[in-house]
Amino acid sequence: MINYDKPKEIGISILRKWIFIFLVGEIIFFSIAGTNYFSLKNIQNILVSSTTVLLLATGETFVIITGGIDLSVGFMVGFSSVVCAKIMVNLEAAGFSQLLAITIGILAALLVGLIPGFINGFLVAKLRVPSFIATFGMYGIAYGFAEIICNNVPVHNLPTSLGSLGHGYLFYWLPGKIFSFLSKPENLTREELKHLVSIIPNVTVITFIFIAIFAFILAKTKFGQHTYAIGGNINAAERAGVNIEVHLIKVYMISSFFASLAGVMYVLQFITGRAPAGSARLIDAVVAVVIGGASLSGGKGTVMGTFIGAMIIGALEIGLVNLSVPTYNLHIAVGCILIFAVLIDQFSPELIQTEGEI
Amino acid sequence: MEPLLEVKNITKRFGGLTAVDNVSMKIYPGEVIGILGDNGAGKSTLIKVISGVHHAEVGQTFFEGRRVKINNTMEALKIGIETIYQDLALAENMNVYSNIFLGREKLKKFLGLVDVLDHEYMHSESKKVLNRLEIKIPSLKNKIRNLSGGQRQAVAISRSIYWNAKLLIMDEPTAALGVAEQKKVLNLVKTLSSQGVSIIMISHQLHDVFSVATRLIIMRRAKKVAERITKKTSADEVVGLIVGSLPGDYIEDSEEKR
Repeated sequence: MINYDKPKEIGISILRKWIFIFLVGEIIFFSIAGTNYFSLKNIQNILVSSTTVLLLATGETFVIITGGIDLSVGFMVGFSSVVCAKIMVNLEAAGFSQLLAITIGILAALLVGLIPGFINGFLVAKLRVPSFIATFGMYGIAYGFAEIICNNVPVHNLPTSLGSLGHGYLFYWLPGKIFSFLSKPENLTREELKHLVSIIPNVTVITFIFIAIFAFILAKTKFGQHTYAIGGNINAAERAGVNIEVHLIKVYMISSFFASLAGVMYVLQFITGRAPAGSARLIDAVVAVVIGGASLSGGKGTVMGTFIGAMIIGALEIGLVNLSVPTYNLHIAVGCILIFAVLIDQFSPELIQTEGEI
Repeated sequence: MEPLLEVKNITKRFGGLTAVDNVSMKIYPGEVIGILGDNGAGKSTLIKVISGVHHAEVGQTFFEGRRVKINNTMEALKIGIETIYQDLALAENMNVYSNIFLGREKLKKFLGLVDVLDHEYMHSESKKVLNRLEIKIPSLKNKIRNLSGGQRQAVAISRSIYWNAKLLIMDEPTAALGVAEQKKVLNLVKTLSSQGVSIIMISHQLHDVFSVATRLIIMRRAKKVAERITKKTSADEVVGLIVGSLPGDYIEDSEEKR
C-alpha cells in the first residue's frame, strides 16, 4: 500500500498521473472553447478516428518495452488492408456469399499479417539485427508488396454489407421508445431516424476488446512480466531462464498483429484497401506510447498509459478541427506534448515506498 | 563429513594459454572459502568451470559425492550451484519480489481460466527468505533501481537461496560497495554459512576474505600454489604467495598416491 501521508508524496503521485489530468484538461478546454465538442457523437467521433493510432500504439507498446521499435507497422496497415480487400473482392466475384467473403478476408489478412512480425522478430532476436533496421526494411517491403498486390490502385467494389459492419454501432436508441442491439430498429419514419441515437461504434468495440486483452496480458501474466524483464536487463532475463528469442519473436508478432487489425479496421471503416493507408499514423503511434510513459530504452510502459497517450492525440486533433485551427498546428502541439512528456518522466522523482518494513 | 563439492585435477586451456592448470579443491557444507590471486591467476576461470560457463578439458567434478558433468549454467543451477555475478543479473525496472521469482513466477488461475501472476504469494515468500537471511529492505515493491548496491547484492543472494542454492559462488561481492554496505554483505555471508550454505568467494580485498573465509586457496599463474587455514596464516604470507615472493607449497595429490 502506498503511504499518502506526506504532501510531497501526494505531489509525486499526481505528477506521475499527469497524462490523465492532461487528457481531462484537454477535453474540458475544447468543451468550453469549441462547439458541441462534449457530445456523445463527437466523443465517438474521436474514438473512431483514433482507431489506427490506438491499435498500432498498443502493439508498439510491447516492442518498445523490450527496448526495440517496430517501424514496419506504418505500412503494415496498408499491406493488410490491401490483402483483406483484395481477398474479399475476389471471393465475392468467385461466387462466395458476402458473409463468407468478408470473414475469410478478415481472417486471411490477420494471418498473413503475422508473417512480417515473425520475420522482424527472427531478425532482431536470432540474427541480432537492430530493431530499427530490421523493421525499417520491413516497412519498405510491406509497402512494395501492398502496391504489387493492388496494382497501384486502391481496391474498390468490396462487398456491400461491409458498411453495416464498419459503420454500425453496438446499440441504437430511440429516446423513450426502442432500444436495439447491433442493428438499427426497422420501420422507422424519417423523423424517428433523425432522433435515433447510435451508441458505441462497432469499430471501437473491436478495438477496445483487443486493447483490453493485451493490457491484461502485459499487466497480469508471466508473458508480460518477461517482456518487462527483457527490457530491463536482457542478460538477467536470459540467465533467469527466459527464452529470449522465442519471446521477442512473439512480441514482434503481437505488434504486426495489431497493425494488421488496424488494416482490417481501415477496410471496415472506409470500404477500400490502399497501400499507404495508415502510414502517416506510425509516428503518432510511437508518440502515444512515449507520452503514455514508456521509454525508448525499454523496461517501462503500460497499455493504459499508451491508451491515454493515443487519446490525447485524438482529442487534440478533433479539437483543433472543431475550433477551425489549421491542422499543421496539430504537429506543433503534439511535438510539444511529446517533449514535455519525456521531460516530466526524466525529472519527476519515483515514489519510493517506505511502508511495510520487513 | 562428505564434501559438498570436490573438483579434481581441473585443467582449462584457451588455445595455447593454460588458464587453470591441474587444480583440485574441496568445499564442505556451510564452509566459506576464499580464492585469492592476482589478475589473470585463473580464479575466474576456475569458478566458471564450476558454474558451467566453461568446460574443463581435464578433470572431474563431484557434487554431494556423485560424479557430475556440468555442461551449462542451467545444469549448475539445477543441482544447486548458483553464481552471483558482479553485475548481479537483476532487472532494475522490476521490484524486489519480481526479481526473486524472475523466470520461475508463481501463477494462479484468474476466473479459473487463465494463469496470472500471484503477487501476494511471491511477495510473502520473498519476505520470508529475506527475513531468514536477516536482510532489511524497506518495501519489496520498490524497484531494484531505487535500492543501494548492498541491497541489490542481498536481493541477488536471496534469490539464489530461495531457489535452494547449496553452493554460492560470489565474484567480487564487495567491489562496488561502500564500507557500511560491505560489512552488511559480509555479515550476510556469515549468516548463510551458519545456515549450511557453502560459499566460494573471489575477492581482491584481503580484509574481506579474511573476515569470513575459514580456508584460503591461493592461485598464481593458473596453478594452485597454496592452501591455508585462515586462522593459521597472515595477510603478509598470503600476499607473498599471491605475488610469488614466497614459494608455493601445495602439492597436487595424484591419483596413484591414493
